Amino acid sequence: MKELRVTPIKNGTVIDHIPAGRALKVLKILGIGDSVTSTVTVAMHVPSRAMGWKDIVKVEDRELESREIEKIALIAPAATVNVIRNYNVAEKRRVTLPDRAVGILRCANPNCISNVREPIETEFVVRSKNPLRVVCKYCDRELEEIVTHIV
Amino acid sequence: MMSSFQGRDILSIRDLSRADIELVLKAAKKMVPVAAGSRRSKSLDGKILATLFYEPSTRTRLSFESAMARLGGRVLGFSGTEGTSVQKGETLADTIRMVESYSDAIVLRHPQEGAARLAAEFTERPVINAGDGAGQHPTQTLLDLYTIWDEKGSIEGQNVTLVGDLRYGRTVHSLTYALAELGAHLTFVSPPTLEMPREILEHVKERGLAFRTAHRLDEVMRDSDVLYVTRIQKERFPDPQEYEEVAGSYRVDEAILRDAKRGLIIMHPLPRLSEIAPEVDRTKHAVYFKQASNALPVRMALLDLILGGGE
Repeated sequence: MKELRVTPIKNGTVIDHIPAGRALKVLKILGIGDSVTSTVTVAMHVPSRAMGWKDIVKVEDRELESREIEKIALIAPAATVNVIRNYNVAEKRRVTLPDRAVGILRCANPNCISNVREPIETEFVVRSKNPLRVVCKYCDRELEEIVTHIV
Repeated sequence: MMSSFQGRDILSIRDLSRADIELVLKAAKKMVPVAAGSRRSKSLDGKILATLFYEPSTRTRLSFESAMARLGGRVLGFSGTEGTSVQKGETLADTIRMVESYSDAIVLRHPQEGAARLAAEFTERPVINAGDGAGQHPTQTLLDLYTIWDEKGSIEGQNVTLVGDLRYGRTVHSLTYALAELGAHLTFVSPPTLEMPREILEHVKERGLAFRTAHRLDEVMRDSDVLYVTRIQKERFPDPQEYEEVAGSYRVDEAILRDAKRGLIIMHPLPRLSEIAPEVDRTKHAVYFKQASNALPVRMALLDLILGGGE
């Protein structure tokens, strides 16, 4: 029988099929740091039939908001998000990147109006999903190094 | 008749289709006698235009104000933010919400990219972008297109050569998008460090249009119908001597014009420095002063289409 390296959780979220090496970025997106009160399990470089190698993140007692899932889609477009309730998979969904990324990225152009104190949310038009290319709705510039500009 | 322009924002030249652009060009042609003061119009009687210039721009502001006055409308606004609530730290969004109740349309020049798009989100009134930082300046592009169309009779099929700083110049970027939309044949001439950005060249290719790039002006002179010259800025070159050499090699003078077609027109968004020799002003090729004066009928046409519904 296959040995489980990571034990099942009672309630929470399992983010699976993260590209190998990106689990720590997922933790960063979820804001997981010193103040976390529940258990977080990270498995890195796990064999995967579909991906070769993958990372997995399990967060107990927390379900993700749709913006968090959109952010994860930016760095792990093939990830699946399983919501666990009472040891059962209550919901299983694939992350999806919307056509417009609202409030999840910051424009790299320092002279963009979205970077000054105005009552708006940033908004990027997704030009292509693979490879990921996004353009700022306001200044019309393509965002390079998307991962470092996640809010 | 209602025009498709009524109440519409003009934020980027890319928001305008070929049919839209052609409508503006034809409307501008009809405005020429009104712009010259030989025919009177009251088509915008009772309308108020707000011109909000967060940074000064004499030519653009005065031509919008003159355009409005020629059509019987009125103008209010500011030029430079001194003494305004902007200086007290008011957001652009709040300023726009306030100005909305004082005017029928808003012309905005702002130092930050995307400012006009933001402004348009906070008002029901039409917003015309009169330059947002290094971003868009669509009415400049429209007057450039009008100049080519008026001088050459058409835009489609013309060999248009853009020369100078093609990397940083917003004027040439917007013009390239529009010329590709209108089916012109494009040639890009620049030093290797100041070439047209890749994504713009890709866009031209996607439109199914062939284009060429060159580093020397004399190579392409012979078959150009339109030569659009832009300034090469000194600060783009760390070495002043290199700048002198590069700038000198793109200078348009009588010698280089020996190979030119008889009907070649030379354009420049102005102000120019040394990139066009003064001796060229006297030739029939020089249309850059005419180009500048075309700002008036073009902006009148646009205001009339947006506020008056066109004729």
